[in-house]
Amino acid sequence: MNFVNLSTHMNRKLFIFYILFILQQKAISQQTDTSFKAYEQSIPGSTLKFKMVPIKGGSFTMGSPENEKGRDAAEGPQKNFSISPFWMGIYEVTHDEFDIFFKDANTSQNLGTDAITRPSPQYIDLSWDMGREGGFPVNSMQQRTAVMYCRWLYNKTGIFYRLPTEAEWEYACRAGSSSTYFFGNTESDLEKYAWYKKNSNAAYHKVGQLQPNAFGLYDMLGNVSEWVMDQYDENYFDKIKDISTDPELKPTNRHPRLLKGGSYVDEATELRCANRTKWLPEWNKRDPQIPKSKWWLTDAPFAGFRLVRPLKQPSADEIEKFFTLYLSN
Amino acid sequence: MNTENKNSRRDFVKTSAVITGGIMATPLLSGANFFSGSEDTIKVALIGCGGRGTGAATQALSTKQNVKLVAMADAFRDRIDNSFKEMTGDNNIKSRIDVPQERKYVGFDAYKKAMAHADVVILTTPPGFRPIHFEEAVKQGKQIFMEKPVATDPAGIKRVLDAAEIAKQKKLNVVVGLQRHYQNSYRELYAKKELIGDITSAQAWWNNDGVWVNMRKPEQTEMEYQMRNWYYFVWLCGDHIVEQHIHNMDVINWFKGGHPVKAQGMGGRQVRKGKEYGEIFDHHYVEYQYADGSILNSQCRHIPGTMSKVDELLTGTKGKIFCGAANIKDHSGKVLFQFDKKGENDPYQTEHDELFAAIAKGEYKFNNAEYGAHSTMTAIMGRMATYSGQVLEWDKLMNSGLNIMPKEFAWDAMPPTLPDADGFYAVAVPGKTKYI
Repeated sequence: MNFVNLSTHMNRKLFIFYILFILQQKAISQQTDTSFKAYEQSIPGSTLKFKMVPIKGGSFTMGSPENEKGRDAAEGPQKNFSISPFWMGIYEVTHDEFDIFFKDANTSQNLGTDAITRPSPQYIDLSWDMGREGGFPVNSMQQRTAVMYCRWLYNKTGIFYRLPTEAEWEYACRAGSSSTYFFGNTESDLEKYAWYKKNSNAAYHKVGQLQPNAFGLYDMLGNVSEWVMDQYDENYFDKIKDISTDPELKPTNRHPRLLKGGSYVDEATELRCANRTKWLPEWNKRDPQIPKSKWWLTDAPFAGFRLVRPLKQPSADEIEKFFTLYLSN
Repeated sequence: MNTENKNSRRDFVKTSAVITGGIMATPLLSGANFFSGSEDTIKVALIGCGGRGTGAATQALSTKQNVKLVAMADAFRDRIDNSFKEMTGDNNIKSRIDVPQERKYVGFDAYKKAMAHADVVILTTPPGFRPIHFEEAVKQGKQIFMEKPVATDPAGIKRVLDAAEIAKQKKLNVVVGLQRHYQNSYRELYAKKELIGDITSAQAWWNNDGVWVNMRKPEQTEMEYQMRNWYYFVWLCGDHIVEQHIHNMDVINWFKGGHPVKAQGMGGRQVRKGKEYGEIFDHHYVEYQYADGSILNSQCRHIPGTMSKVDELLTGTKGKIFCGAANIKDHSGKVLFQFDKKGENDPYQTEHDELFAAIAKGEYKFNNAEYGAHSTMTAIMGRMATYSGQVLEWDKLMNSGLNIMPKEFAWDAMPPTLPDADGFYAVAVPGKTKYI
């Protein structure tokens, strides 16, 4: 294109407008191309950063086939869903990261509302001597506590992080595969990718020590099991049968919610991509108080979480509604 | 249900059934169901309706026996209301709650009235009141579940031990909420303790961040404020060495089969210094000596950001017992026994399962009051050692008659420790504070 020639045929004002338009278009396309890529998020008030990778949108088959070994009826019937793009943490959230929130003296502690508030102290150390410093996954928390961490992080960074939905989690875990595990069906390969009963020595391990899945996500199977957003329902697949994109069961009750991925205490069958671990009252059996802690689980040392960031960020209003729904219910 | 006569009635039914081939048994049993539901109903009163009391009552109502909560007592009305709301909101137990307004008793003397309705009482107020409540429950002939600690001073311990003697004579079951005695891993370790030979030393830890605070409100009298924020006042709580660390020292006493004879230690208030933390220390380290010369090193700390550990370790001539890990090793590190943690139970529930099973059968099985009192006294001795900086002897302390409780219990009465003009309380100073 010859701008000089062009300018002779247009008046000057129009020409400038045209140039600006082209530059703007270019800027937009650059933003779209370059911003949906891996990045590191700093945690304000610390020197810590966590890594997020883009999970492109696509479709997948959720659930397990009826002939899968160890399958539960609540894992199907299998259904195809489209999933919108999001970023996901390549590691489970660690004690080091969570402690920036847990020990943030500027945030109130243990308020009874959905306001940003830190968890109550643990009466006993619920990491159970498995390690707290240097990259061990944070554990023993209720789902609400994980969501409160997201709210605190949103308040600090302005970016909306949350837990994945059950469907997002399984989509990211499968990473294009449709096998029992994301690497295939061979149980004996599991120890290359996952800490579970056979190789964990009855403890969680530092995040990211084994091989990742095809999306670059570490410890999706095993290590700590991961909270997802949804209400647990054994008829999940029936409840979402009319939905084709981004299925989610919004909470109607505090319990039960669910974990995905299995953990260091579990046998291989619990680490299947389709496995669903329903919350149980026993997870707080050694909490001697009633009401039981809203924050902690005395008997679920295997419960942890990882973060996602939806590519399309909701409005500030929607984000407030989201936190109110998940924290007050 | 009259639990003291239960045995004879059951035996009578059983004997009659044998003699008459069951014919006699039928009218007797149906007759039993004729009055107010069932004669087999075990009626429970809850004395102290906070989080632990509500938890304990829920566990009592979750046992297999025909248990009914019939009365509640607390110093504060809102505590009763919250507790009642929690329990009636629990579908598993709500049909077992029968506490109309007239059986909800509020105030310092509420316990007596609530107990009168029950066969079994649950004593879960702050520990300072335990001796008074335990004494009354024994006097009224009730079966008892009471939380640890069982007192906050030597005079209280004496009352509990005296009442425990009477409970024994009356064959009243007494379970104390030192739940490690009811936890499978500890029971297994205890059964296998011979693997380590003679116990020569032990360590015990309760180090963590600390607990809740209830801030002062302008409308509160001094007594009400201290009752609301009870954790930080020695007469109510005993200090955290008594209120929490008792669990760990109790394990050592249990495995040693006795209590220490003397103690010396150090402690203070390094970080938790605000007025809302009343008068208790934030750390204690105590060296206890048992009659055979063996030593218990005990540490407890409420300071956030420091090493967190709640555990016990016993060292013997042949090996070590690691209570938290639930294993026993020899001195070369070889594992001699590992408890399978899949077999762990909910010890809080087991306390009630076993207590109510015994009561329903008319059995006299539990006399936990004595070891509960001795473990409480162990912790009190430790506190007084760190407060004073002196070497304290068990017998001297027990005979001291030291009483730190208020003279009068009323909302306008004066508690034994009062704040200065800025709202701060006097804190013990080792070398200056005297206890005997």
